Amino acid sequence: MDKAKELELKKIATEIRKSIIIQTAEAGSGHPGGSLSGVEILTYLYFVEMRIDPKNPKDPDRDRFVLSKGHASPLLYAVLAEKGFISKEELKGFRQIYSNLQGHPDMKKVPGVEMSTGSLGQGLSVANGMALAAKLDGKDYRVYVLLGDGEIQEGQIWEAAMTAAHYKLDNLTAFLDHNGLQIDGKITEVMSPEPVDEKFKAFGWHVIKIDGHDFNQIEKAVAEAKTVKGKPTIIIAETVKGKGVSFMENEVGWHGTAPNKEQAQKALEELQKQLENLEVQG
Amino acid sequence: MAKIATREAYGQALAEFGEVYKDIVVLDADLSKSTRTEIFKKKFPDRFFNIGIAEQDLMATAAGLATCGKIPFASTFAVFAAGRAYDQVRNSIGYPHLNVKIGASHAGVSIGEDGASHQMLEDIALMRVIPGMVVLSPSDATSTYECVRLAIEHEGPVYIRLGRLGVEEIYKKGERKLELGKGIVLQKGTDVGILATGLMVHEAIKAAKMLQDEGISVYLVDMPCIKPIDVDLILDMAKTAGCIVTAEEHNVLGGFGSAVSEVLVQNYPVPVKMVGVNDEFGRSGKPEDVLKYYKLTAQEIVNKAKEVMKMKK
Repeated sequence: MDKAKELELKKIATEIRKSIIIQTAEAGSGHPGGSLSGVEILTYLYFVEMRIDPKNPKDPDRDRFVLSKGHASPLLYAVLAEKGFISKEELKGFRQIYSNLQGHPDMKKVPGVEMSTGSLGQGLSVANGMALAAKLDGKDYRVYVLLGDGEIQEGQIWEAAMTAAHYKLDNLTAFLDHNGLQIDGKITEVMSPEPVDEKFKAFGWHVIKIDGHDFNQIEKAVAEAKTVKGKPTIIIAETVKGKGVSFMENEVGWHGTAPNKEQAQKALEELQKQLENLEVQG
Repeated sequence: MAKIATREAYGQALAEFGEVYKDIVVLDADLSKSTRTEIFKKKFPDRFFNIGIAEQDLMATAAGLATCGKIPFASTFAVFAAGRAYDQVRNSIGYPHLNVKIGASHAGVSIGEDGASHQMLEDIALMRVIPGMVVLSPSDATSTYECVRLAIEHEGPVYIRLGRLGVEEIYKKGERKLELGKGIVLQKGTDVGILATGLMVHEAIKAAKMLQDEGISVYLVDMPCIKPIDVDLILDMAKTAGCIVTAEEHNVLGGFGSAVSEVLVQNYPVPVKMVGVNDEFGRSGKPEDVLKYYKLTAQEIVNKAKEVMKMKK
């Protein structure tokens, strides 16, 4: 990836981080930690990789993205607003009555949301269904899904992992947002899913491990996934929960707590500084 | 007369409609021989997906297919469809109002020997409270065929309750078209109304004859569509007969009788007696013996009819 493009993506990612803070602070609720950890993954997918058109959100040939970890809705909404599926003005209503931006994404209310999610463990099965439909119809669209590392404690994930491999869904790429934390603490202390790479391999998947905040690594991994034939790919992305806001990073308490006014102010100042540094580089 | 189970008719209907509707895909969870989706699988192997013994994955995969314009029929036993995968049906099918059809076979106690773990007596209650979910409960082969047709023609989630036990035909194929939200008047009468669904329609027909032999005039209705329910027909029965017996192969709590009562108490209250399983789990036995054990019989409908007639004002 050339430097200019990387810089541009970093700026977008920082804007999205600001939006996550603003949305959750305005709502007084929501999940900033796991939203911030997935920023680079979604930024790459929506601003580089996916064949999507905000003016034609229902194009049958579009690529699909399923946010299986539906609580990261502020991240998805921020990306959809930045991309032009919804207005930025709308983001202020997040989680509030009369707004379409429900606490967890609702496909019937928000253009660009491909699946209503929120009950963990179901998104991979849904993505399988979309990938199967592409095969049936001889279409070349690809399906992406973002899983949480706590989420894969749900048994249905492994049912779906079997299905994806059994039906050779090489048009499906899953990302695992591997930030190591869930509501009650470290995933390895609550109920360890490790080693996740060997588990997915054993289930018949192609496995790639990357730094989930590095656009170059994300780009290479996505490109590699597209060359894999006869099996689905999972990109295990090592991430930092709360990434980008110093006092939120790796702090389990920021899983489902919104910043108050002062905290939001502090976070936004930090992010603004990061943005200015990027401007200087550019 | 040859007896056909509604699950058998379901498999045949899918294979038949699969010719016309190319978007139909069928999914099963390792029970295709029992749900009879095997008939579809043999004809359209490319449009059949066995998901294995994984009902949660079955339902959410069907949801994903529906988002891409397919008409998935997710098929398994009622106990797994409505029980084990309830969250998937609620959140991945019901909430986004996706066009998934759930073919739920082996409902009720009439599956017999397998016993309580497999005898689903709560699915009507569970399914009808999911907003937007259509709940169908056919009584014979023809009405099953018609329910599958209605499910295809309706845009949105549909639950079709099917049985394992062979039943006689009530309707001839092509004789009448079912309508969504409409009951079928088998006969009109003025002394007592009988509203039955699924397998219990057969017992209700026998009960009506027994009552008529005693000079009692019976208003008899088959209700294949539990949700949306036929409000007009229920109220006409209440006004004409003045008292009602409901009959279902399901827990009387929250089921078909409850659905009928909800309509009556809010619009035109008349006495109601319910024939069904009285808040119990099922048990093993020959299907006929189990049905008798739980008093899911014509005689019990007759008994309840006589009781409810005495409650008329």
